[in-house]
Amino acid sequence: MQKEEILFMYRKMVEIRRFEERGGELYALGRIPGLYHPYNGQEAVAVGVCSALRKDDYILSCHRGHGHSIAKGVPSKYIMAELFGKETGVCKGIGGSMHSTYLETGVLFSTAIVGGNIPIAVGVGLAIKLRKEDKVVACFFGDGATNTGAFHEGVNLAALWKLPIIFVCENNLYAVSTPVTKSVSAKSIADRAIAYNMPAEVVDGMDVIAVRESAQKAAERARKGEGPTLLECRTYRFKGHGMYDTGYVYRTKEEVEEWMRKCPIRRLREKLLSEGIASESELNEIDKEVEAVLQEAVKFAEESNYPSWEMMTKMLYHKREEAE
Amino acid sequence: MREITYAQAINEALREEMRRDENVIVMGEDIAVFGGIFSVTKGLLEEFGPERVRDTPISENAIIGAALGASLLGFRPVVEIMYWDFFNECGDQLVNHLPKIHFMSGGKLKTPVVVRTQYSLGRYTGAQHSQFFPSFYMNVPGLNIAVPSTPYDAKGLLKTAIREDNPTIFAECALLYRMKGQVSEEEYLIPFGKADVKTEGKDVTVFAVSLMVQRAIAAAEELKKKEISVRVIDPRTLSPLDKECLIDSVKKTGRLVIVEPDCKTAGVGAEISAIIAEEAIGYLDAPIVRVATPDLPAPFTAPLLDQFIPSEKDIIKAVEKIVT
Repeated sequence: MQKEEILFMYRKMVEIRRFEERGGELYALGRIPGLYHPYNGQEAVAVGVCSALRKDDYILSCHRGHGHSIAKGVPSKYIMAELFGKETGVCKGIGGSMHSTYLETGVLFSTAIVGGNIPIAVGVGLAIKLRKEDKVVACFFGDGATNTGAFHEGVNLAALWKLPIIFVCENNLYAVSTPVTKSVSAKSIADRAIAYNMPAEVVDGMDVIAVRESAQKAAERARKGEGPTLLECRTYRFKGHGMYDTGYVYRTKEEVEEWMRKCPIRRLREKLLSEGIASESELNEIDKEVEAVLQEAVKFAEESNYPSWEMMTKMLYHKREEAE
Repeated sequence: MREITYAQAINEALREEMRRDENVIVMGEDIAVFGGIFSVTKGLLEEFGPERVRDTPISENAIIGAALGASLLGFRPVVEIMYWDFFNECGDQLVNHLPKIHFMSGGKLKTPVVVRTQYSLGRYTGAQHSQFFPSFYMNVPGLNIAVPSTPYDAKGLLKTAIREDNPTIFAECALLYRMKGQVSEEEYLIPFGKADVKTEGKDVTVFAVSLMVQRAIAAAEELKKKEISVRVIDPRTLSPLDKECLIDSVKKTGRLVIVEPDCKTAGVGAEISAIIAEEAIGYLDAPIVRVATPDLPAPFTAPLLDQFIPSEKDIIKAVEKIVT
């Protein structure tokens, strides 16, 4: 891997972490309303997967999706503006924290319904296949989504029709408060793929390089017409499920601390330094640049306007072009 | 003019649109090889091939999701959900995703999907295969709802639905599939939101939906003998609704009977009545009468079901109650 690429991955992971830290502060200050599902701790999954994708590949994201959008190239300021409910946001302020559409870099949609993007990925995969393109679509969801009917209906169809999809399960061990051990009958989420004759892999979701390599293999299979892959990325959210949740009612302090020691950003940083890929000052410089990007993002969001009532009422139906 | 059946009219609309636009694809359970359980999609597989005409597993949520996903990339999927009752299997995609994505993405995405379905009320199919419930979906902004009552309307409305950039529920009536009617061989479209006056009259407006339209026309014929002049209006689409035609008609006749093949409570007639109460109550010379099915699931046994569905006699009785 080129140094440039690996530093870019580092930069994106830091950007996601700082984004969520700033977002959390602004939420606490009452500047951001509504639901907010922080991605802190899971950065290696979004960045690892998206770094294996091309710009014209697609992603479908979910409620905990800020990291996916940043990793797929959406400028942070547009996501931040969406969180503020401003018209400059990725969904013009109409969607909110759980939604993102940025077609310029292939961010199709993110859903707030757990498992809801999985059947949609089937359709995107089908469209790619019917158009005979070599694109892929990565679909992100959590461990809880694999207990929905939508998951089972969707992956069955995707595997049956050999569609170019990477199903990325971010197994952060808890669906809100319910642990995987009390909600998943299979030995692992990856094992669920056996029933659908679909390759699957358990990946260390705290290691961005490992995630990237697995995603590259999955993307290659997909591009060759060999069908979908399920990646179970074992990861952890450092925060609660949402802002109302400390994350400590159902998890022990020891457990959280143990996972925080596996922080994917620190891990990559240590690797870069110990292998002499980058110097401390280079990495500090990136950190500083990211800080500036986020300052700018917050400023942009704060200074943007709210969408108008009139714009909202026009948003329900798509008007056909007169030309046809 | 030549006569064809309601089912043939739908089949023709599908064929013509598939020939016209290669982005039109058809999916559903038993629709390809078998041609649909009501033979509505017969011959499509032979003409357009298995890529564009796809049998799916019994996965209603994945069927709608797949259609939605493909629509995001420019396809115009027409999917069949075998019975309207089965909409409850795909409520997430149908209600939470399909009509909201254009809105939630700030207008960046469109979802031109047609969901064809039928209701079998009157075929002695029991409580789980008889339901007609448009009012559920009238309460979901973002969905068109077409309820054709003749072969001519079925063809023209379906062609419009397929070219329309927003999602449509296209509700066919199984009892009408074999009904013959005049259908022009020349191409035509029927716009959404434009009611059709099926019979002119001055004493009472009968707002009739789907299967009820023919019964209302028959009742009007009968009432003519008693010198009661009935204006039967067929909304053809419930969303968008041609309020203007409804209100004008009530203003002209001063009386309104609503005939609908769904449960009375919170059914279509409840909304129609409310519109008149809000916008034309001063023009009413008599109370509004609703003729609907009882607030019960449909029974199987023939004598009870025959009494359960509003008949020509029920319509006559309702009219006579307010026209004196």
